[in-house]
Amino acid sequence: MQVNSSRQILMGARDTLPLIFAAIPFGVIYGALAISSGLSESIALAMSLFVFAGASQFIAVSLIASTAAIPVILITVFIVNLRHMLYAASLMPQASKVSKWIRIPMAFWLTDETFAVVSNRLNQDAEAPGFLWYYFGSAIAMYSFWIISTWTGITLGQHIPDMASWGLDVALVVAFIGIVVPALKNRSHWACALTGAVTAVLCHDWPHQTGLLFASLLAITLGVFLDRNTLKELRHD
Amino acid sequence: MTEWMLIAGMVFLTFGPRYLPFSLAGKVVLPPLILRALNYVPIAVLSAIAAQTTLVRDQKIDMTLDNPYLIAAVAACMVAYYTRHLFLTIALGMVTFALVKWLWL
Repeated sequence: MQVNSSRQILMGARDTLPLIFAAIPFGVIYGALAISSGLSESIALAMSLFVFAGASQFIAVSLIASTAAIPVILITVFIVNLRHMLYAASLMPQASKVSKWIRIPMAFWLTDETFAVVSNRLNQDAEAPGFLWYYFGSAIAMYSFWIISTWTGITLGQHIPDMASWGLDVALVVAFIGIVVPALKNRSHWACALTGAVTAVLCHDWPHQTGLLFASLLAITLGVFLDRNTLKELRHD
Repeated sequence: MTEWMLIAGMVFLTFGPRYLPFSLAGKVVLPPLILRALNYVPIAVLSAIAAQTTLVRDQKIDMTLDNPYLIAAVAACMVAYYTRHLFLTIALGMVTFALVKWLWL
């Protein structure tokens, strides 16, 4: 089928805009925090350019500020990023249709935001033509704005030192709520969301953010267990 | 120099988990139960992160009305539930937060 690639790129970018709007304050605070924790401008920007993982960058910067050892920083970054492995696993059917060389940028640009947008599109139409263009439209828009907002934070942070205490991270909370709540369509979805939320709060003091990982896995397990299709299979067996 | 090594390490550890499943795509077929579990990933992970950021402030659980994150999150849940509009949820959630933080507290 003939696919209008530029149209798909624009659609992907457009659907990501609300999440970009929420990520901008996050990028700005990251930049400001990086400078106030003693990183140079080039290192702070290089992290956004080459690492491109908001949560990991935040954690790295706050651990640097608390003078944590490099292995501790790296272990934490790795654990925080394990959720991306789950994201990538759920996009495996799409990845299997493209060459190895295309999968590299796909993986590099895989974020919470792009994953939320593309998985929403796949839920509506799993065989949507031009999916890859849509994916890259979302990803490139996210990447550009992430770099611009980081750079803004680096620049502003030198003039407004207390910006990190404004509470701009609330943008992330409300954006995630805006993604999750409309996606809750049945009992197993609600059980999964509530379990994830409650467990993550109760396990907040586990080392290296492992509480977050445990909460996610527990919530997924419960969701699958309560899923109507799983119950059907269990009855047949 | 150590800073650049830190970045190199982070690149490896953030790209690795993202790329590993892609590198196996087409070679490994996931069982249906795992595929179903993966559908629950966004709901589980995003709820966990949002709830923890909202209720855990300064390493302590804060469920009081003095927590502006909590009030903004409740407002956002209501907007999201009734409108199902992402941008509206983000905008009204942030406005609620700003009002509570700067006017109320």
